[in-house]
Amino acid sequence: MPLNPFRSEAEAYRFVWLTIGYFGLIVAGALINRWLGLAVFIVLSAIVLFLYFRRGERETQVVAPTRRSAADERRILVIANETVGGGTLRNTIRERSAGSRAEVLVVSPALNSPLKHWVSDEDEARKAAQERLDRSLARLREAGIEARGEIGDGEPLQAIEDALRTFGADEIIISTHPEGRSNWLERGVVAGARERFPVSITHVIVDLEREEVR
Amino acid sequence: MFLFIASEVMLFGSFFTAYFFIRVVNHQPWPPEPFHLPVFVAFVNTCILVTSSFTMHWALQSIKRGNRSGMQAGLALTFLMGLTFLLTQLLEYARIGFTPHDQAFGTVFFCLTGLHGAHVFVGLTILAAMTTRAFRGHFSPEAHLGVEIGGIYWHFVDVMWIVVFTTVYIL
Repeated sequence: MPLNPFRSEAEAYRFVWLTIGYFGLIVAGALINRWLGLAVFIVLSAIVLFLYFRRGERETQVVAPTRRSAADERRILVIANETVGGGTLRNTIRERSAGSRAEVLVVSPALNSPLKHWVSDEDEARKAAQERLDRSLARLREAGIEARGEIGDGEPLQAIEDALRTFGADEIIISTHPEGRSNWLERGVVAGARERFPVSITHVIVDLEREEVR
Repeated sequence: MFLFIASEVMLFGSFFTAYFFIRVVNHQPWPPEPFHLPVFVAFVNTCILVTSSFTMHWALQSIKRGNRSGMQAGLALTFLMGLTFLLTQLLEYARIGFTPHDQAFGTVFFCLTGLHGAHVFVGLTILAAMTTRAFRGHFSPEAHLGVEIGGIYWHFVDVMWIVVFTTVYIL
C-alpha cells in the first residue's frame, strides 16, 4: 500500500516543496521548448511513481505518540479483538497499571471483511466490536481497573496509529490468539507494530479455549 | 484523510478535465484573444501562499519545542498571508476584464480558481479557530493535534494552488 503524503504536517510540508520542484522543472522545460516540457513531465512523472510505490513497499513509517504522560502517570493502550475479554489480558493490564496513576484505553478494532470495508458496510462490525468492548470494560471494572474504550479501525496497526495520535501511550499491549489460530500473528501485526511505533510493546497471548475449560 | 484527498482530487480533476478538453481537444488558444491573464500578480500571490506554508510549518515546529510565542506568530502570519492571497484574488477577479460568461475559457478559469479560493476560505476559517485557540493558551508540546491537522489542510491547499497556477497561468 503506497504511503499517504498528507499523513503528518511535516510530510505535507515536504510534499509542497516537491510539488514546486516538479512543476518548476516542467515549466523550465516548456519555456525552452514545448516538447521538452512534455518530455520532462513524462520522465519526472515516471520517476515519481517509481519512487513512490517503491517507498511504500520498503519503508516502514514510524509514528510516535503525540502526547507524553506526566511523571507520575502511565498511559496504557490495549489493542485486542475477540481476546479482549480474556483473563490473561486482564491480569497483564493489572500488572502494568499497578504502582502508578494509570490511564488505560482499550481499542477494539471493528473487524470486517475486505468487501464490506470497501463498501462502508461497517455497522455490524462496529456493533460486534462495541459488544466485545463493553463486556471487557465491565470485567476490567470488576477487577478494579478503570479503563475506557473505543472502537478502532479494522486494520489493527491503523487503529493503534489513530489512538496514538489522540491518546498517546507509554506502552502498548497487543492481545492475540495463540500461534496458529491468530490471524493477526499470521499477518505480522505484532512485529509490524514493533517496527512502526517507538513505544514499549507487550504481546499477550490469550487462549480463550483453555480459559473456558478452567 | 486518504478518502478526503481522493475525493478532492476527483473534484479538482473534473475541472482540470474541462480545462484540458478546451486546450488539447478543441485546440483553443489559452487565453483566447483578446483576453490576458495577470500572470505577475498571480505569481506574487503564489509566493505569498508558498511562504504561508513555511510559517505554518514554523508554527507547528515551535509548539513541538514548547515555543508558544513562535506558534502564535506563525499562525497569525499564516492567517494574514492567506487573507492577503484571497483578497488579491478577489481584486484580480474585479479587474481581470472577462467574466465566467465569456466563452468556455472564462467559465473554466473562474471555476478552477474559484474552487481553489473556496478551499482557501475554508482553510482561513480553520486557521482563525487555531489562531484564536493559540492566543487563548491552548496547545502544548504534548497536545497539538489541532495545529497538525490544520497544517495538513493548509499545505494541501498550497499544493493545489501550485497545480492550478502552473496549468492555468503558465503553461
